[in-house]
Amino acid sequence: MTAMIKLSNINKVFGDLHVLKDVSLEVAEGEKLVIIGPSGSGKSTTVRCMNFLEVPTSGKVFIDGTELTVKNRLKMIRENMSMVFQSFNLYPHLDVLHNLTLAPVKIHHIKEKEAEELAMHYLKVVGLEDKRNSYPQALSGGQQQRIAIARALCQKSRIMLFDEPTSALDPETIQEVLDVMVKLAKESNITMVVVTHEMGFAKQVADRVIFMEDGRVVEEGTPEKMFDHPESDRVKQFLGKILKH
Amino acid sequence: MESLFSEKAWMLVWNFRGTFLFGFLNTLEVAVFAILLSLCLGLMFGLMSTGNKRSLKFLARCYVEFIQNTPLLLQICFLYYALSFSGHSIGIVASGIISIGVYHGAYMSEVFRAGIGSIPKGQFESAEAQGFGYAGVMRYVILPQCIKIILPPMTCQIVNLTKNTAVLYIIGGADLISTTYNFVTGVNTGGAYGPAYLVCGLMFFVICYPLSKLASIWEQSLKKRDVI
Repeated sequence: MTAMIKLSNINKVFGDLHVLKDVSLEVAEGEKLVIIGPSGSGKSTTVRCMNFLEVPTSGKVFIDGTELTVKNRLKMIRENMSMVFQSFNLYPHLDVLHNLTLAPVKIHHIKEKEAEELAMHYLKVVGLEDKRNSYPQALSGGQQQRIAIARALCQKSRIMLFDEPTSALDPETIQEVLDVMVKLAKESNITMVVVTHEMGFAKQVADRVIFMEDGRVVEEGTPEKMFDHPESDRVKQFLGKILKH
Repeated sequence: MESLFSEKAWMLVWNFRGTFLFGFLNTLEVAVFAILLSLCLGLMFGLMSTGNKRSLKFLARCYVEFIQNTPLLLQICFLYYALSFSGHSIGIVASGIISIGVYHGAYMSEVFRAGIGSIPKGQFESAEAQGFGYAGVMRYVILPQCIKIILPPMTCQIVNLTKNTAVLYIIGGADLISTTYNFVTGVNTGGAYGPAYLVCGLMFFVICYPLSKLASIWEQSLKKRDVI
């Protein structure tokens, strides 16, 4: 079976910074992969290479067997991928409903009416159907991120990338976003790649956990193995610090 | 002072109201088309200077720097007389529209550049990650957010452009400033300086003030969304 996402020998260099060093990994269809690691380890860059928000300096990315290139990038994204960002990045000039319908209407050429039905469906999934006429800036961080997840769902993509979706939230609203993500992970067959510091979430839904440091994959395994019996001292040390709190 | 605003002077202006109206309409015509031209050029070069094609960036830089650092008066003379003497005259009005439009287009380009530059990077990324290409990102996500930011400096440029139609005088134009000047220095009409310039100023005010007012009302309505 071909992997849904395959990175092969990815290197990414920003000026003098060698951010990703020969990263190779595969994500199976429907798999929920969680990437953890200290800041600056290259987790976000790894995920951003998967949809070419960062074009790798060298190496190849394959989506469902097809190589991702600068040329076919838009087509591949449109057919396969959506993303949820740390800072939500909702469109402030559009109300919630139109944040959700913009891509379906303008890119996938779905009729306005159908797109609105689709949007309302996913607003219900994230529990915010009553906010459809609000503007993003009137909502709390947690609500904005749930809207952003609904917006990504409206793209009906097979792959969802999450780049630290709860890092910009205050502690009280983190849980509402995680609840939505857990539900999504358990009830859908969407391939999810999640960069996060939420170890509880990783334990609950991850099929596999990857620990990155200094631009490399240091260790990977099932959540049980990674959290209970990590092999490398570095992972032990990292988890020790995080799980203490 | 009395004679400056004498009844006779006012009557003279009233009798020649057609001349003022003629100048007013010419100014309006040149202004409207030059505004459209400057907006098109501004958008085009603004996009070029914020894109990631180096050659286009350089081209936009050249246009902006060259036009902004030479006088409009020189540009209009160059366009008009160079074309006239080479036998390809395009006429006073067209020369005016082009040179004024190109001149303010350079300033508009900077307005657009600043506006686009002020939108957070996340907005571009978010739209790209949804599968929007460059045109879609700009059209549906970035430019609509820019309007609120660029409206005040853009209005300022539009008002300045309207007032700059006065440069048509140098190539013998029939704009409001030229007709007013010809009126007050004319053999039969000379002397009515006071009322003539007052009327002329009032006519400019009638064009420019509503423009700025409308723009600020629009701006306010766009800003309302932010405080809900």
